[in-house]
Amino acid sequence: MNEDKIRILVAKPGLDGHDRGAKVIATAFRDAGFEVVYTGLHQTPEMIVEAAIQEDVDIVSLSILSGAHMTLFARVLELLRGRRAGDIHVIGGGIIPEEDAAKLRAMGVGAIFGPGTPTTEPIEYIRKWHAATRQAGSD
Amino acid sequence: MTSTVPQGIEDLAAGVRAGDRRALSRALSWIEDETHQGRALLDRLYSPSPTAHRVGITGPPGSGKSTLTCELTRAIRSHEGTVGVLAVDPTSPFTGGAILGDRIRMQALAQDPGVFIRSMATRGSLGGLATTTYGASEAMEAAGCDWILIETVGVGQSEMDVVEAVDTTIVVLVPESGDSVQAMKAGLLEAGDLFVINKFDREGGDRIEKEILLMIELERDRRASKNEWQPRIFRTIATRGEGIEALRGGIEEHRAFLWRDPESWSARQDLRVAQRLRTLLRDRILHALWASGRWDPWIAECGRRVREGAASPYALVDDLVARLMAGKGTEG
Repeated sequence: MNEDKIRILVAKPGLDGHDRGAKVIATAFRDAGFEVVYTGLHQTPEMIVEAAIQEDVDIVSLSILSGAHMTLFARVLELLRGRRAGDIHVIGGGIIPEEDAAKLRAMGVGAIFGPGTPTTEPIEYIRKWHAATRQAGSD
Repeated sequence: MTSTVPQGIEDLAAGVRAGDRRALSRALSWIEDETHQGRALLDRLYSPSPTAHRVGITGPPGSGKSTLTCELTRAIRSHEGTVGVLAVDPTSPFTGGAILGDRIRMQALAQDPGVFIRSMATRGSLGGLATTTYGASEAMEAAGCDWILIETVGVGQSEMDVVEAVDTTIVVLVPESGDSVQAMKAGLLEAGDLFVINKFDREGGDRIEKEILLMIELERDRRASKNEWQPRIFRTIATRGEGIEALRGGIEEHRAFLWRDPESWSARQDLRVAQRLRTLLRDRILHALWASGRWDPWIAECGRRVREGAASPYALVDDLVARLMAGKGTEG
């Protein structure tokens, strides 16, 4: 192996136009040495999943502030599985109540990071996840 | 895990050839990672007769390359053929990370099944960018892409190498590029088959057009005597799709020129293959020998001698290279 870069898609689905959080996290991920594919605002789940597949990312990170998180996460997970890409890990952040976050985790979302989470937390999570899956030999 | 990406080289190669998008995507990762597997895969995918037309799109940051690439892809798609896009962005030399943001300007292509976009970070410190992008284009070609657009920031030698490996090179400038044209004269401008002055609605478009025209004129007789392509200039406003169809026509013309007769095509292929072998060999020597760390003891030992004043770095390196060329090792 020459390089095994962690590749992440940072996507902003739905109709809210607030991408500051997404940009902050994209920059933090870059500074952590990850390759971040940033696709901008107003992404449909279909666009997100297609981009995730073309880019062969390890992780899709969704930033959702619109309140539509339950539908959007569910749709992204469903589409990924439908495209035989269920191994792509989905995480997210935004304004998401804890009870919803629990439901999302049960659905298969790896982790949810709320407002005010230091950026080191998702970075640490991703590194651990990546090390664990690579050890499991899934890659 | 629920991954169904083929794991073996033969299966992956078959998947790529069948046009399976996940297989192509994984193949591109292997190639990008410059692994042994990636090279073995390229060996399987290699075709002696290229079918795809490769277009390099380069120019200074902010000249609108991504938007232009997107619009050009749409124009090509409205005619015929499938398109692969390789969008190269720089890796941070400090963290090794990268933000690959070209897709932001390519939203219009997001759902087109005849388009495959891949973002690539420049990564390597050893200058293998041309090798990986060309390898990636070969995988896209094997997957059935008729057109491959490679978008890169046209600065630095490794990016110049990328440009040299394509069939048609488009240099994108903006009206404000006037001063940078002066600075670029020696390098990028010589590589351009087609020049685009994008954002032409801005002030200064005419001026930069004249500068490029002058530069083309200075070379016109020399090129004509050698029966070479005469570069052309196009005005575009990519955000409004203006001038794009003409540009697409220009690419077609350049392609027809390259194919004008069997002899010149064949001569061009000879050059390309030789260039490819040279680049691959250089990269592999660097990777296999340099990255392996086998020089480290020599560097430590010679470093000590240089510090002691026993020898100069020049003499030590000369001596080592002479022994290597004679087929001996680092010992003695």
